[in-house]
Amino acid sequence: MAATLIRRPVDWTGIVFAVVLTLVIVFPLIVVGTWAFTNVWRFPAVIPQEFGLKFWNQTLARADVWGSITMSLTLATTVTGLSALICLPAAYAFARLDFPGRDILFFSFLAGHAFPKFGLLVAIAGIFLQLNLIGTFWGVVLIQLVGTLLFMIWIPVAAFQSVDRRMEEAARDVGAGPFRVFWSITLPQAGPTIAAAILLSFVGTFYETEGAWLIGAPQVRTLPVLMISFINNQPVIQYGAVLSVLLWVPSFIALLFARRVVNSGSFARGFGG
Amino acid sequence: MSVLKIKDVSKIFASGQVRAVDNFSLEVADGELVCLLGPSGSGKSTLLRMVGGFERPTSGVMTIDGEDITHVPPEKRPTGMVFQSHALWTHMNVFKNLAFGLKLRKVAPDEIKRRVDAVLDLVGLNGYGTRHVAKLSGGQQQRVALARSLVLEPKILLLDEPFASLDQHLRERLREEVRDIQQRLKITTLFVTHGQDEALSMADRIVVMRDGRTEQIDRPEVIYREPQTPFVAGFIGTMNLIEGNVANGMFSKAGYSTPLPVSDGPAILAIRPEALDLAVTGEGSQGKVHRVTDYGTHGLVDLELNDATRIKAMVPHPDLFKAGQTVTLTPKAIAAYRDGVVIHRA
Repeated sequence: MAATLIRRPVDWTGIVFAVVLTLVIVFPLIVVGTWAFTNVWRFPAVIPQEFGLKFWNQTLARADVWGSITMSLTLATTVTGLSALICLPAAYAFARLDFPGRDILFFSFLAGHAFPKFGLLVAIAGIFLQLNLIGTFWGVVLIQLVGTLLFMIWIPVAAFQSVDRRMEEAARDVGAGPFRVFWSITLPQAGPTIAAAILLSFVGTFYETEGAWLIGAPQVRTLPVLMISFINNQPVIQYGAVLSVLLWVPSFIALLFARRVVNSGSFARGFGG
Repeated sequence: MSVLKIKDVSKIFASGQVRAVDNFSLEVADGELVCLLGPSGSGKSTLLRMVGGFERPTSGVMTIDGEDITHVPPEKRPTGMVFQSHALWTHMNVFKNLAFGLKLRKVAPDEIKRRVDAVLDLVGLNGYGTRHVAKLSGGQQQRVALARSLVLEPKILLLDEPFASLDQHLRERLREEVRDIQQRLKITTLFVTHGQDEALSMADRIVVMRDGRTEQIDRPEVIYREPQTPFVAGFIGTMNLIEGNVANGMFSKAGYSTPLPVSDGPAILAIRPEALDLAVTGEGSQGKVHRVTDYGTHGLVDLELNDATRIKAMVPHPDLFKAGQTVTLTPKAIAAYRDGVVIHRA
């Protein structure tokens, strides 16, 4: 009871951080969000003269918008699925097996993020040109797959490593074979963290722009690529703003899920926390 | 009838440097509880893990009821292991933890429920089936871990320091319960511990291990009263081990001497604190009181011999002694060791 009466000092550092973060992250989001629901907003008015859904109707009436949404969802699902198929067994091997070159191979997944990405993409585009993969769906899948490797290897490796080996041994002790142990014990224990990795991979792929633009354009147009062309080619801000708001949807879903995972502590466990 | 036989088993880890278990042999009789006791690194857990199938012996043979299990994988062994960390599956409730092994054996759902309920009743957790294991106390978790092994009715129960993570009070209560259950079920049990209290209070026989080898296998009272090596003497209970010399039937060390009818030469004298009488006055060997600790029921007097060798004596009336006093020491029971073996006991 006495403890509750003790006044805690005001956390000024935390407040300053919160204010700065709000200004840097939330303020631009509010501006874009406002633009998406604005029919008329002329300088020097601080707030729009007319709110409305006019540009939503116009944007969603376009076939290329629906085409790009479908393309982005298909790409993100395909890339994430393939990435899980390739990376999860690899992550389990990294976590549990000792093989020659393991450490170097493990750290090599950082390489894709250690150099300027665009230079790497241009180099890959050169190779893809010879392989006739430029402007193809699978070309974009391949380039985006590279971008997911870090998340889909490193996080699941940490997740598998954090599963108590004694739990697996206890399962074998009561009669489970190695595959059953993986399915019934290891995977559920590592599950929330792996789900977070899959989600990060999906969201990252959904937003990926440079690879999709360099390898896929103009035949393969994802939502972010379309948004860039809207912003570059359309004098009307609202088109880009509407697409931006549409792009927020996966982020919000990811945030909601991430909150559950982070609260359960499994995300931190995944990183060895 | 479940008999475990371990014959000349060794375990050398991959590096080739560490011989964790060295030519170890043991036979555990039907319904017997044998404790593997030893300090950290003595090889007791490695040995238990080999019986459970989690480590493969480098050499030797292990059988259960005559059937060779040396290279049988853990899931196919008739053993049940209780782990130090409980190792409960935290994504399952208590019932699912216990039912998992039965489902793998394709036991009918009705029978699973009957057996899980029965074993929960046995470990005193009736009605806990739907509880989440993470929400249980340490003692309850340990009971669930025990129940998970027992529900499969293993031929051999393996306990790997099951009480190590529990507080002293709970540990004492649980070891009585586990011993009671083990005796009721008459299940052959191999129990690893580094707690001598646990071993002395629970075991039918104790195997004292050191550096992967057997130092002594005996009943608890024999291990305590008649340790065969200085290591066992020093490891079990509190023992004063005084290194000195024997000449003309007298052991002497830094002003302290006592008759010891063995041949001349170096010897280690072993005296339990409760076997050492102290008197403030009188004739005899001299020691100096360093500290007196009153435990209520008895006292412990720390003494210094002339060369600062420390020994302990248990006294019924600690208030009779004060730091700085010189006292006479009269041993009531002694053992003497030379070259690692006992040479005299009186």
